[in-house]
Amino acid sequence: MHGIEVNNLTKRFGTLVAVDHVSFSVEEGEIFGLLGPNGAGKTTIIRMLSTLTRPTEGTASVGGYDVVKEDGKVRELIGLVSEKMILYDRLTAKENLWFFGRLYNIPGELLNKKIDELLKLVKLTKWKNSQVGTFSTGMRQRINVIRAMLNMPEILFLDEPTLGLDPQSSVEIREFIRKINRENKVTIILTTHMMAEADMLCDRIGIIDYGKIAALDTPINLKKLISGADSTILELEIPNLTTDMIHSIQSLKCVSSVSQNNSTRIKVNANGDDAFDTIIDAIRANKGKIISVKTLEPTLEDVFLQITGHEVRDKADQKIKMKMHRHHMPKTRVR
Amino acid sequence: MGVKNVISHILIIAWKDLIELFRNKMALAMLMLMPIFMMAMAGFIFPSSTSMSNISVALVNEDKGSASSMFIDVLERINNSTEMMVLTNASSFDEVRNMIQRGDVEGGIVITRNFSLNLMTGEQGSIIIVTDQSNPQISIALQTGLKAVFDQMGTVLAQKNVEPLNATNSLAVVKPYHVETQGAIPGTFNYFDFMAPGLMAMTVMMSVMTGLPAAISHEREVGTLDGMMVAPIRRLGIILGKTLAQTVRGLLQGILTLILAIALFGVVIHGSILLIFALLFLGVFSFVGLGVVITSFAKDQETAMMVMMTLMFPMMFLSGVFFPIQQMPWYMQSISKALPLTYAITALRKVMVLGADLSAISLEVAVLIGFGTVMTLIALPVFRRAMTK
Ligand SMILES: Nc1ncnc2c1ncn2[C@@H]1O[C@H](COP(=O)(O)OP(=O)(O)O)[C@@H](O)[C@H]1O
Ligand SMILES: [Mg+2]
Repeated sequence: MHGIEVNNLTKRFGTLVAVDHVSFSVEEGEIFGLLGPNGAGKTTIIRMLSTLTRPTEGTASVGGYDVVKEDGKVRELIGLVSEKMILYDRLTAKENLWFFGRLYNIPGELLNKKIDELLKLVKLTKWKNSQVGTFSTGMRQRINVIRAMLNMPEILFLDEPTLGLDPQSSVEIREFIRKINRENKVTIILTTHMMAEADMLCDRIGIIDYGKIAALDTPINLKKLISGADSTILELEIPNLTTDMIHSIQSLKCVSSVSQNNSTRIKVNANGDDAFDTIIDAIRANKGKIISVKTLEPTLEDVFLQITGHEVRDKADQKIKMKMHRHHMPKTRVR
Repeated sequence: MGVKNVISHILIIAWKDLIELFRNKMALAMLMLMPIFMMAMAGFIFPSSTSMSNISVALVNEDKGSASSMFIDVLERINNSTEMMVLTNASSFDEVRNMIQRGDVEGGIVITRNFSLNLMTGEQGSIIIVTDQSNPQISIALQTGLKAVFDQMGTVLAQKNVEPLNATNSLAVVKPYHVETQGAIPGTFNYFDFMAPGLMAMTVMMSVMTGLPAAISHEREVGTLDGMMVAPIRRLGIILGKTLAQTVRGLLQGILTLILAIALFGVVIHGSILLIFALLFLGVFSFVGLGVVITSFAKDQETAMMVMMTLMFPMMFLSGVFFPIQQMPWYMQSISKALPLTYAITALRKVMVLGADLSAISLEVAVLIGFGTVMTLIALPVFRRAMTK
């Protein structure tokens, strides 16, 4: 069977273990997501699978070919949208596509037709002869994605395909990804640090943290990890919020984690029937004024928090965030 | 099939790089300026020949006799035609020294006391040339210039002295032989004819050697190199494609250098233009491997450029662009002989100045091909490994 097979894949940079004995497989026709915070090792995995980086240890095969020993064969099957845009600003949209198309030895006539087709698909036909440097980020990313589709890849790698895009462009890119997966039967492996995106797009998700896969399942099953355990997620607004108040909530037995969103807003993850009352009582006891309480549906974000014991954004964001957690749920093992 | 594909990849990559270059106004301006600066530097700062003009010189006459005034008379007459010096009178050796220290004059001539008397009595008359050691270039020019003047005057004096002997040709008595310099090819030769081939080779090679690492590391930094690396193409194709683009860029600069040398400094090309370009190509080829190895090891564009510049600078001097390598001490000469640039310049000089043909430069050509082949063979696996680190 083809698709992607990854076995104990490891990458060290000096003493840093960027990817730590990762194993998973991606089936043909699937959209597989690698979800994790910045620095988790997602890009490194993508680079190893797309033959751009040599693994330190372990093996991987893409479309049935080994990424090290048969890198040439792998390259013929894949398309890559990496974190940095693979486009030349001083070349026009057409010139860019022509250049990369010629690298795949697509004959001129066919290539011209294909370029027109793809440009139409992303609604950029009238920008065909404009230099890419003059485009908005969203337009550039659309060109960048069709560039990766020029050789009709069986397997498409997308590393943070919506990073830095406006919401409108993000939606368009996501639609395009879904479309080529459905219509062209392209197997897709994408990375993201956005829970919502992984939730929306992926058939299965591997949650990756510090180079290891912490959980791997369908979005629905991953969310069940939380909601199944009669958990409660509350968002509270307390104008006179104090550190002591947070500490006392945190010390409650039913509470698994508390995170502060801003100076007056906290989010509490808890388990058990009486969690709601206990938390409200604790705040009252600390003379907290509660303006609003919201009960939230569990998101992948909560799953991530539950599994890894820390928030998705904590490595990415520079702003110092108070975060506390206790009682780790038993970690979900990968198969 | 495979070869045809590699060639097509080389061409498309070169095409892409050249479009990028020609749409980059800033890069184009720099491309034109480099040879102009280079020429200006070489042409106007280095002495184009040993004959300098308008050096200010202090003249002291401590002698009271008639010989010294005749001497000064001849000196002024010769100087009027060569305009080598601007003469100022001074009273003593000490004053000359002060004037040099103050920077008023660049040298001095002191005719010593009893100059005339000594000549009359059959002794040697002595003249002191005072030089400014802080300015060796002028100092040397002054010495050579004045030596020629004194030589000529000595001859005139001697001729006068032997006239009573009634020889048929008094000059032949005083100077029994006559030396004349004639080049291997007709026409006069100046320092620029010597330097132009070297400057051209250096311009082309420096352009490629700084351009290639910059181009590759730049693409690596902005991430576009990945687009080529994930394509099923030969790594050799990537290297040679980028090299071809840089060579075209370098040759444009080389041609500009040549045009400037011809237009501003009257350099004449004696050999075949085709052979000159072939040699420039070969020179570039001999260097590419080294450039690729450096690119592979350097972390980023800046490091690559720095390493390249550090290597280029001594190479420039060691390969005989400005000074003949025969002037260097033996150990420097051995280093020089290990540099491909030396062979490229030697061959180019033979062709441009002496009008040599391919057979006359076969050794240089063989060395360049050998060096280039070996370096490229070393560079390929190094590049392949470095790019998939
Ligand atoms: N070329 C490299 N050299 C050294 N360290 C690297 C290199 N590439 C990535 N890393 C490190 O490996 C870790 C994982 O990085 P990366 O795969 O880019 O994570 P992600 O894509 O999930 O944000 C990070 O700590 C990063 O600093
Ligand atoms: Mg990344």
